[in-house]
This record gives sequence, structure tokens and C-alpha cells, in this order.
Amino acid sequence: MVSVGAGVEIAEETRSRTSLESVVVRFAGDSGDGIQVVGGRFTLATAIGGSDLATFPDFPAEIRAPTGTTFGVSAFQINFGARRIRTIGDAPDVLVALNPAALKVNLADLPRGATIILDGGSFKERDLKKAGFAGDPRHDGTLAGYRVVDIDISDLTKKATASTGLSSREQLRCKNFWSLGLVLWMFDRPREPILAWLKQRFAKQPEVAEANSLALNAGHALGETAELGPLPAFKVGPAPIEAGLYRTVTGHEALAFGLVDGARKAGLRMVFCSYPITPASALLHHLAGMKAFGVTTFQAEDEIAAACAALGASYAGSIGVTSSSGPGIALKTETIGLAIGAELPLVVVNSQRAGPSTGMPTKTEQSDLYQAVFGRNADSPLVVLAAATPADCFVMAREAIRLAVHHMTPVMLLTDGFLANASEPWLIPDLDATPAFPVRFRAEPEGYQPFARDGRGVRDWVKPGTPGLEHRIGGIERDALSGNISYDPANHQRMTEARWDKVLAVADDIPEQEVEQGETSGRLAVVGWGSTYGPIARAVTTLRDRGQSVSHIHLRHLWPLPRNLGELLRGFEHILVPEMNKGQLVTILRNEYLVPAQSLSKVTGKPFTIHEVEDAMTAALGISS
Amino acid sequence: MNAPVLKPRQPKDYATDQEVRWCPGCGDYAILKAVQRTLADIAADPARTVFVSGIGCAARFPYYIETYGFHTIHGRAPAVATGIKLANPELDVWVVGGDGDMLSIGGNHLMHALRRNVDLTILLFNNEIYGLTKGQYSPTSRIGTRSPSTPGGSIDRPVSALRLALGAGARFVARGIDTQQKVLPDILKRAHAHKGTALVEIIQNCIVYNDGAFAGFTDRAVEADAQIHVEHGAPLLFGKDRRKGLRLAAGGLAIEAVSLDEEGVEEGQILIHDQTNAMLATLLAMLEPPMPVAVGVLFDSPAPTYDAAVRAQEETERARAGTPDLNALLRRGPTWTMPG
Ligand SMILES: Cc1ncc(C[n+]2csc(CCOP(=O)(O)OP(=O)(O)O)c2C)c(N)n1
Ligand code: SF4
Ligand SMILES: [Mg+2]
Repeated sequence: MVSVGAGVEIAEETRSRTSLESVVVRFAGDSGDGIQVVGGRFTLATAIGGSDLATFPDFPAEIRAPTGTTFGVSAFQINFGARRIRTIGDAPDVLVALNPAALKVNLADLPRGATIILDGGSFKERDLKKAGFAGDPRHDGTLAGYRVVDIDISDLTKKATASTGLSSREQLRCKNFWSLGLVLWMFDRPREPILAWLKQRFAKQPEVAEANSLALNAGHALGETAELGPLPAFKVGPAPIEAGLYRTVTGHEALAFGLVDGARKAGLRMVFCSYPITPASALLHHLAGMKAFGVTTFQAEDEIAAACAALGASYAGSIGVTSSSGPGIALKTETIGLAIGAELPLVVVNSQRAGPSTGMPTKTEQSDLYQAVFGRNADSPLVVLAAATPADCFVMAREAIRLAVHHMTPVMLLTDGFLANASEPWLIPDLDATPAFPVRFRAEPEGYQPFARDGRGVRDWVKPGTPGLEHRIGGIERDALSGNISYDPANHQRMTEARWDKVLAVADDIPEQEVEQGETSGRLAVVGWGSTYGPIARAVTTLRDRGQSVSHIHLRHLWPLPRNLGELLRGFEHILVPEMNKGQLVTILRNEYLVPAQSLSKVTGKPFTIHEVEDAMTAALGISS
Repeated sequence: MNAPVLKPRQPKDYATDQEVRWCPGCGDYAILKAVQRTLADIAADPARTVFVSGIGCAARFPYYIETYGFHTIHGRAPAVATGIKLANPELDVWVVGGDGDMLSIGGNHLMHALRRNVDLTILLFNNEIYGLTKGQYSPTSRIGTRSPSTPGGSIDRPVSALRLALGAGARFVARGIDTQQKVLPDILKRAHAHKGTALVEIIQNCIVYNDGAFAGFTDRAVEADAQIHVEHGAPLLFGKDRRKGLRLAAGGLAIEAVSLDEEGVEEGQILIHDQTNAMLATLLAMLEPPMPVAVGVLFDSPAPTYDAAVRAQEETERARAGTPDLNALLRRGPTWTMPG
């Protein structure tokens, strides 16, 4: 263990850097320490260096936890590498802990041998007590087996920023950027984009920009010049990524962009109606800032009203979109039933979270698949989609609008707490390169019957305001042509079939199921949906590298299922379905195709690790892991 | 663009081909007639008019009006109607529902539509009973109402639709009575002309499950003394010869009914109705038998509507942001180029 205090010896030395294929870094500190900010900045610096990456923020559940406590710890994890990065990484290789509580909370996730950079200046007795440490973990053997870099970051930050004239408290607030400077040095990442960002971000408070820049530079300089035996220096090269212009995007940002682009391509105003709930609220926030793009946002009095207002908007000829998480989706159910009966488009976004009931709002799960596919009274089919990655949220949001407006049906789009907040580099698409899918409203009064259907079983969409097409629709069973109230037994049979067939016919309008990795038949297919994409993809790559006959199939269209899926699955000896639930897709697949699919279930509120998937795969294959 | 030339319309032009399915003698028939008369009088454009309803006997209404119509789910019509106005503020949107629909399961949505002041005309048919589900007591039923679910008489206090509306910040509040075919269309016209949420409570007799619930103030024999028809700027007089009136009670913030023939009562003491005075509207809404029940427009004080404000804010955003360019937005902020 090496301590670097204020009076550190400085030696001119150029260190040789260890080359890494990929590395996982976690920044952690008090929620007031600005962890998310430095996480975001480090992401940018990493991306600019050409590495592939994936990130995930871990906010404390409490809004304003007392400083220094374990429940006030905020963290940000990034996995980056010179290869394709699929997950945020099973475990951190480097932990930056800005206080004892951050160390306490994150230590359990650290494998032995990992590097811990900690702010020794914040390990005073009082801090240790607040974090619940009986003694000083630096000296009582708690950290044995780790590579500990103990630096008085607090003191060095104050010294570096003293010239700014800011108060000592304000100076101390720059310690996140000091640490970032050091980590940038460790991984040989550029400071310039961050210095530029600071200038721009704090244009109105130049002294704050200056102080953070000084801190960043000081942290960097320490790495470059200090006599720090165990301070490791790495090199992570660029990854083989498709050429083009990139940005980072979180799932929720991508959803917002995708919905706006979908509405644009349909030629419609979007009316987005929602009621705040974790982790779905961010979508409302993003869209509320996009009013210039033909988006109306409405914060309703509850989720029922949100769904109803969205449906009212669709009835009036806009695309109504509503968004929530499981408990809120439950409240929307009756309205979704009305959309099914009235055969109106509606997009429902479910950012799933751990349940039942309030469950664990900030923790991820994908246990609402049954709710999406089956969770309504009566025979009430709708279209169910799921996004696989943050960037995929863009494509699937647009797809949800396309299918809703062209098939006159509600579409449920599933994401989850992980996808919503995770970010990854995104090859920015040229939106004009994707064809538009404009809606054609019926305007001809001649021969109009509200529930007459075209060859795909889809009725006409008529905008109120259109002369000569006045008609009445509603939730009571409708006559198969006029839409007038009908209790006729044969009519109900016919309408139930028609609603069913219409949704199943959506399968003609979606791509056939592709195989993500591997052959279209073989020993083992790992079938996933939603945010399990990353760990499955990486695990399959690993086993394929070992010469195993395994393939990765990832479903984005969950109802109706792609036409070729049954045939595809039958080409495999074993089918493994990892899900963050008690096995929902697996029963749907067994039911639809009578295939012997096996479940890999995890419901800890955390994503699968790669190893968990690998282990289940090797067990299914009957080989050693 | 020329305004479309509308030919004079008749109430029957607003009737659909659907057989009306209410019980014979139900007050809803009279309300339907009054609404069709109103639509004819204002020459409502059927293409631009939408009737939205919840569930209940009252809520069947849209099927009988030859305009656009959406019969939705129990209690949610104000929320659906809000979405319709957000999508297209040009539409003329009417909302119809019963006392259970709007004050029980949908009370929340009614309250929020009113406080937001969405430009809607809301007709609340109050029969003090759940008609469609066969006669259970409702949130407006008086204490002691015997029904299948309250065989020993209801014990919870009823809610007043108009007081609730005023409390929620409604800018237009009126009361009408199903059978008053001369008065009701005028009230409906006023409600329709009001920009913002207009709430009209329509006293409606359910002949099957709550017959005569309102007889105490609607019967021919008593109505003159049991109702007071309020009119902006006119003294609050009632009674057969309009010799009775309302004045402020001495020493307290309350209204009392007096006779002009009584000793010490003078014309000048009678209150003049001011429809822009929310306090007076509240006092009038509180009148219950044996005081005369207020009929007419109790409160009418327009304020900016929610739907217009939403659009205005979007326009401001658009003006500020310039031509929306999503491609450019995606490329704003930190980006980098991969050489591949
Ligand atoms: C979610 C839901 N709950 C209950 C019902 C049953 N229901 C239909 S109408 C109604 C009450 C109707 O009373 P009111 O709104 O006063 O209308 P009325 O029939 O008296 O005109 C009830 C409870 C329903 N349709 N939906
Ligand atoms: S039950 Fe009552 S409210 Fe319903 S239709 Fe019959 S009379 Fe009218
Ligand atoms: Mg009723």
C-alpha cells in the first residue's frame, strides 16, 4: 500500500502501459460528489479514443440521503475495450471510491486483485463511523488482496484549486474531477474534450470551470509524475467498430428520438401522456423538452387518465403514446382493452422494474411479459415488442408507431430499468435514409362502414372533423360493419376472431427471425429478449470461440412471434431461455411450438453476468465450464 | 377561405338511426331532446362535433347523436376528451356521464378537467342512483337511500356536483332539469358558448330505480316555490308571483329566503345575481330544499383554456428552436467519428 500525501515525492518517469482487451471501471461516491457527471465525461473521453463501451449509472434509491451514508452512495460503471463491448461488465477491475461509504457498498462486487483508488482524506473517524466501518478498512486487513491506491484526494484538490478564490467547500467539490484526471491518465485518455466541456457547461461561472479544470489537470499530473509504485497504467486500444459519426445514447433518449421519428414518418402529431414513475419518468422529461418537434406532452392526474388521453388523441387522429412501469401499466389495462375493442392505434411503453406491487423501483427485471401478452380481461390481443439495447430502443420505438398506426392496434413496447438508464455508443442514423410510412386517413364518405376491414383485417382510421363520416364507436361490442352496439352471438364470435387474426397478421409485416450469432441449427440456441442481449451475446461468443455449436437468437417481436421462429427453434437440440423473471418467454415458446425450452431465471434486480449465462450454457451442453 | 354555408338545421338532423334504448319515461329522453334542440339552434357542424361518454345509462348518449361519438369506459370520459382536445383543439367536444360515472369512479378526472380548464362542455346527468347496474345508491344519493346495496338505507353523506366543481376551480357551473324543455336548451347553449370547461348538472329522473327523487322541487305544484332560476344582473326572485327572494342573512355570510310581503323586507335587499362572483355561486350551489334549488348559470367567468395554453407553449418553443430538424438534434452535443 502506498500513501500519497501532500508532500509527495515527484519523479520524472515514463511508465510502460499494460495493454488491455477490456476493462471495467466503477466510480463511486456520495450522491453529492458528482459521480454521474464524471462518469459521463469519462465515457466521452473513452469513446473518442475509439474504444467500444457500455455504461450504467447506479443512483441511490433515496432522494437526499445524509452525506457519507451507505444509502447515499451513487455509482457509475463503464466497461470499455478494444473489442465489441456487450455488457457493463460482470465486476469492476478498478473502483474509485471517494468516501468510505462508497468503498463499503461496492467492495462486495470487487474480485480480489482489483484496483481501489480511494480518497484517504475522507477516511476520518467520523466518516468511517457514518459508513458503518468498525475500524479503518485500510489498516485492518479488509483490503487485503486488493491493489489499493490511497491518496488524499480532498487535500490535493483543495491545493490545486486554491488559486481560484473559491471557498474551501467549493474547492472540495472539484474532487470528482481531480479523480477523473487521475483515471484519464491511468487509461491514457485525452483531457481536452473534458476541459472544453467544462468551459461550455460553466460558461456563466468561469471560476467553477477554472477550478474543475485545475483539479482535472492536477489529478492527471499526479499520475504522470508521482512516485506511485502500484498506480497502474493501461492502454486500451480502439475497437473494430463500424465507421461513422457516433454519440452516446441512453435507452430513454433513444426511445424519445425513436418515437419522435416514428410520428414524423407516420406524418402525425404525437401526444405523449404519462404519470411520473421510476424508471419511466425520464422518457416524459426528454419528450417534454422536444415540443418544437410536433410533440405534445401531458402529465396526467394518474396512469388511467394518461392512457385515456393518449387514446383520445389517437381517436382524434394523432398518435397517442403513454408510458409507465409495471404498476402504472396495470392501471392502464382497461383503457388498453378499449383501444383493442375500438381498434385504435396506441403505443404503450413499459419500462419494467422489479415487482410485484411497488417492488424495487430502481432495480431492473423483465417480469411483465405475461402482463404484456396476456394481461387483460377477455381475449384481448395486441402487439408486443421489446428493445434489446439502449440504441435498439430507437429502432423499436419507431417500429411500435409503425405497427400501431398501420394495423390499428395498441402496441406494447417493453424496455426495463437497465436499458432505460444504460448508455452505449450509437452510430447516428441518417433519419432520411429510412423510408417514411405515412398514414392515410379515410376521407371518402362513399360506402363507409366503421368496422369494414381491408385484406389484412385492418379497419379505416377516420379523423373526427371529416365531413360525412360521422360515426359512433365504443367499448361495447360493435357490429362487424357499422360499429353500432351489437350483442348478436355470431357477431361477437366473428369480432373476437377478427381482432385475433388482425394481430396475428402483423407477423406478415415484421421481419423473419434472424440468428444474432452462429448457425441456424446446432446443439444449443440461447433465446433471449430485452436487455439480456448483452450477457447472452458475450457468453455465446465465448463458447463459440471454444468451438461449441451454439447460437444466439434474440426476439424483438414478442407478439405475434416471427413466422419462422418455430422452425428455427426446432433446428436445435437444446434451447436455453435466460430471463430476469421466473420463466415467461420460455412458457410462451413451449406453448406455441411444443419445444423443450429450458429456463434460466434470475430475479435479483440485477442483470445477468456473462458467467451466469456461460455456466448455464455449458451445463445444457454437458461440457465443463 | 369561405366559411361553409350551413343550412338551417332541425333537432331531428342530429338523431341517429339507432333505436333509443332507455326505459320508457326515463328523463334521459328529455335531455336528448334538449341537446338535439341546442345543436340545431347553434347549427353545430356534425363533422366537428364529438360526444364522448363513460359508462352508464346516461353514457349511452353518443349513440343517439348524429355527430362523431366515442363511448369509452366507466368514469374516464373527461380524460379521453382531454386527449381529443390536445390532438385537435378545433373539435367541439361534449362529455356526457352519470353521477356515478363522473363523481364516483371518475371523480378524479372530472376534478382535473375542471381545474385545467380544458375546453369541454360536460353534461352530468344526476339521477342520484346507479341506473345501468340496476339501482345501487350513488355518491349523490341522499342519506337513507334504500337500494339493493343499502337495504337499511345509505349512511354516507352525498357530494354536491356543483360545489365540488367550484372547489376544483371550475369557470362555468350551471344546473338544469330534464323536463324543462324551454330552460334547458338555453343553459346548454350558454355552456357551449363558454370557452373552457363548462359543467352542467342536469337533474334527471330515473323512473325505474329512483322515481320521484327530485319531486320535492320539480313537481309542477311546487316548482315555483322550490326552484330559483338565476339570471345574471337580475334580482334573485322566485315564487309564483316572484314575490320571494334571496337576501344576505343579517350578521352572517349566509343566504336567506324572504317574502317581499313580509314586514321589513324591501326590494333593495334582494341579491342581484352576479355570475362572475364565485362566492355567490358557492352560496347558490349550497341551496337545498327546503331552500329553493338554484337553476340556471350559477357561475360563468372565463379564463384561458388548457388546450390553448398547451398549443401556445408549443408555438413559442417552435419559434425559439426554428425549423425542427431531428437529424441535427441527434448530432448536437458531444459526437465523434470512427474511421472504421
Ligand atoms: C370499471 C367498471 N366498473 C363498474 C362498471 C359497472 N357500471 C356500469 S355503469 C355503473 C354506474 C352507472 O351509474 P351512473 O354513472 O350514475 O349512470 P346512470 O346509469 O345512472 O345513468 C357501473 C357501476 C363498469 N362498467 N366498469
Ligand atoms: S334505469 Fe333509470 S336511468 Fe337507466 S334508462 Fe332506466 S330509467 Fe333511465
Ligand atoms: Mg346515475
